[in-house]
This record gives sequence, C-alpha cells and structure tokens, in this order.
Amino acid sequence: MDWYPLYNSIRIALVSCGIVFFLGIFAAYYVAKLPRLVKGLLDVVLTLPLVLPPTVVGYFLLLLLGPKHPFGAWFLAMFDTKLVMMWYSGIFAATVVAFPLMYRTARGAFESFDESLAHSAKTLGLSNTRIFWRIRMPACRQGILAGTVLAFARALGEYGATSMIAGYTPGRTATISTTVYQLWRTNQEALAFQWVMVNLAISAVVLLSVNLLERRNTAPKTAARGEA
Amino acid sequence: MSISVDIRKDFGAFKLNVQFEAGNEVLGILGASGCGKSMTLKCIAGVVKPDSGRIVLDGRTLYDSKRHINLPPQQRRIGMLFQNYALFPNMTVLQNIMAGCEKADRPARVQEVLAKFRLQGLEKHKPAQLSGGQQQRVALARIFVTKPKILLLDEPFSALDSFLRWELEMELAQRIREFGATTLLVSHDRDEIHRLCDSVCVLSNGTNELCVRVRDLFKNPRSFAAAQLSGCKNISRASYVSENEVFAQDWGVRFHSAKPVPKDIRYVAIRAKDILLAKEGDRENVLHCAVETHFEELFYHIYMLRPLKSENEPTRSIRLDIEKHFPPLPPNAKTVRIKITADNLLFLNK
Repeated sequence: MDWYPLYNSIRIALVSCGIVFFLGIFAAYYVAKLPRLVKGLLDVVLTLPLVLPPTVVGYFLLLLLGPKHPFGAWFLAMFDTKLVMMWYSGIFAATVVAFPLMYRTARGAFESFDESLAHSAKTLGLSNTRIFWRIRMPACRQGILAGTVLAFARALGEYGATSMIAGYTPGRTATISTTVYQLWRTNQEALAFQWVMVNLAISAVVLLSVNLLERRNTAPKTAARGEA
Repeated sequence: MSISVDIRKDFGAFKLNVQFEAGNEVLGILGASGCGKSMTLKCIAGVVKPDSGRIVLDGRTLYDSKRHINLPPQQRRIGMLFQNYALFPNMTVLQNIMAGCEKADRPARVQEVLAKFRLQGLEKHKPAQLSGGQQQRVALARIFVTKPKILLLDEPFSALDSFLRWELEMELAQRIREFGATTLLVSHDRDEIHRLCDSVCVLSNGTNELCVRVRDLFKNPRSFAAAQLSGCKNISRASYVSENEVFAQDWGVRFHSAKPVPKDIRYVAIRAKDILLAKEGDRENVLHCAVETHFEELFYHIYMLRPLKSENEPTRSIRLDIEKHFPPLPPNAKTVRIKITADNLLFLNK
C-alpha cells in the first residue's frame, strides 16, 4: 500500500491548522472588540466557509488562485509558481474550510473570559501583551485547544474544495479523502476500505482528545466549589 | 493624599455623573445595585474611559478630557479590589502576588507581604483551592505589593457567606487603617459603610449627592435615596402645610412636627423607632390604622398598616416594627392605633 496520501493529508492538515491557529485567534480577539454592526457583518463573512458547500469554496479559490485569473496569473508571472494543482494547493482549501471552526471556538472562549481579570492585571501594572499571553490565553486554553483539534480534524477530512483546487494526482496531490473516492470509482473496493479504516482511526483519536479536553475543562471547577 | 473626581459618561439608558473629593479618609459610596458604583471605581482605575471630566490623585492628573490626558491603568498606581477578587486562576498564590511587583524588590517584599497577610504555606495553592477569606487576603496582598497611592474596594464582602463577613471585615478595617491613605469603599450595605467609613456619599441613578460625615447621613438624610439607603422603611411624598404641619400624601394624613417644616419639602420619612403603639390619652400624631398583613422576622414582628381616616386614598402602607421582647398585637387584631413621634420626622427635599 502506498502511504503517500496519509503523509500528504497530515502535512496539509498540520500546516493549515498552524495557519488557522494564529489567524483564528487573531480574528476572534479583534472581532470581539468591534462595534456591534461591524462585528455582525464580519462574523457572517468569517463563518461562511463553514456553511457553504466545499465545492463553492473551491470555486471561489479557483477564481482567486487559478492561473487564468488575475491574482493567480500575477503570482505565476512574479514567482514562477503555480498555486493550483500542487500538493500545497490543498493547504489553501483546508485553511479556508477549517478557519471558521477555530475562529468560532476561540471567540466563544474569549467572550466567556472574565474581563475583570484583565482589568485587575492592568491596575497591577501588567503590560497588555503580558496580559494577553499570561492571563487571557491560559484562561481560554481549553477552548482554544478544542478549536485547534476541531480545525485539524476538519482540515484532515477536507475533500470538496481540495478536489477542485488540488485535483487527484497519485503520489503528488492525493490525500486520504480524494484517494478513497478515486479507489471506489475505479472499483478497488478493498483498498478503499483500508483507507476508510485509517481515516476512521484518525477521526476517533481526534474526537476522543476533544472529549478529554472538555472534561478537564469542567472537572476542576466543580471540585473547587466544595472547599470554598 | 487626596483624590478629586469629576466625571461623566453616557451609557444610553443610564448616565453617570459623579463629583466628589476625598482626603486621607475612608469614603464610602453607598448605592443600590446598578447605580454606577462599580463603574465609578473602574473609571478612576482607568479600565473604563469616561466621556468627559477630570480625575486628580495627589496632584497628579490621571484623566482630563480637556487636556487630553488619559493615563493607562498601569501608570495610575491605584490598588483596586474587585468584587470577585479577580485572582488569576492559572497562577499560584505566589505567582499572583508576584504578578504586579517589579523584579528588583521581589523576594524581600513578597516575603513581607506573605507574612503580613498570613499566607505562608499557601504559596503553591491555586486560587480555586482557597476559601473565600483566603482569596480576599491574596487579592489584598497582591495589591499592597504594588504600593498603591489609593485603595478602591468594590463590594469587598459580597462574595462571602454572611458568617465569614464579620471576621474579614475586622481584618480589612485594620488593613485600611495601616494603609493610611485615601480609601474608597463601594457598598450597598449601610451597616458596612457605617462601621468602616469616615464619610459617605450616596449615589443613585448615576448621580451622587454631597459627601457627608457618616453619622450625619444616618441622623439626617437629605434625599429620598439617602433615607432609603440609610435604612428608612417609611417614606411618603409630602407637602408643606404650615410651619409645624406636614401633609404625607401617600398615606393621606397630616403630621404635627416639633421641628419647622421646610417649604421645599418633597418627602417625609419616619424611622421605625419613631412609630409606636399609641397609649391611652395620646392625641398628637395618632393614627387609627387597619392591619393589612403581618410578617414575622427573627427579632421583629412587622405589620403593614393603612390609615383609616385619610384625606385621600392611601397609596402606600406604613410599616410598624415591634421588637419580639415586647408583646405583639393580638393575633386577630384588625385595627391598631399608632403614634408618630413629632420630634424626629425627617424632611427630604430631593
């Protein structure tokens, strides 16, 4: 069995998850501070990829990155690099599709953050950067971790947009999900089943870790109440 | 050591407009919940920006809208104790206390504060493992380590069970005395203010009244809000009748007053201790009332009464408190005669 799709899937998922981690937290932190109207509008735009069919996302990505469209053509001319139909094209698809999961979860965590902690830190003289990294982030750690895991899982399972923007080239752009479809289409049912099992195993591990994170999130609080 | 505050902020439905000065004393800010007490402290601390005004602490301008000065909270040197103490949950007691102190004087100063607040042995605990009282001590230790110029206390006991309060209050009273500089204490509890503060300023609906000595507020409140917050249960709209007669509109009755009635009177208030059961032969300020309801408290019987011979339909009841070591009214009493002391009617003009 050729393990390239597994390697490629994980590579794409890791890179896009890394990008989404910072972008999602950044967006969540700044959107939460905006006035209500702007916030509502931006929120719709940023969450849209979650509800749009992945093929529609793929269509938009092709419009942006395709070599026959302005930005893609310019990029090709400038850097001699094609943005579509390469292994890293999957990163673009996975990033856009996984972004809302990170953004939403992180925003939820930031919104439930007790602002008086930041206020008291300020009166104690802590700089705003320190407050963000030493107080806000640790307090929202569980939510941010959960968002990261969900984003990773979503990036790993990306099919629709990926198949449009990266296509399926064995050994080059194949991912687990595009491989499963290709094997099924070409009647290699047994091999397809093996890849399905691989995918199931990864998803199970991911969901299990989300559950563990959530349990750790709620457990200490209830334990502490009794003593106080 | 002094602070002068003069700030305004518009919250739409609610407008904050606060002006006061405080010297080397404990100034209480007394108000019902939602009247803008905490918001005032937050503006002074600098975590909320007022729309306009000025805040000066010991001659240092912290905020001045006209001169576009707005010092960040980090530079204001204000120690604020938050209602829920705002301890950092991810840090230990020691880390919490060290969070605010400069590196150079760390070890010695931290040890000193740990000892003072009896926190030795708890250094490695997380806030969630501490009792409410210990949490308050950590929060105070964390504040004192930064050597603040003024202390702001936001409802310091509201997060505690009532039986814990007393002990903590005595401890806090001592800390405030040791601190020696201006302290602002926000509370809705008149007894707390009475015990801990030198002067008090009543805040209602975002606007404050003049600051007065604590004793004066309780002896002689000037406004409806002050009377209510100082614990007066019987307050009625009122109008001037003559030099020594006042008409209480909500009860539909006239009272004779031993003190002169001011012409601009708007409310009359009667302390519970000035409403007595009438004796045989009493004539002045005697009301014949119907008993509406009866409640029993731990130490009091409470009767809600409605005057029978009123000039207009009464819109409010009169509350009569009888201490339990006196005999209560007979269980089936339908009416009762009460007497209002003429010496101690409170006249309010706002």
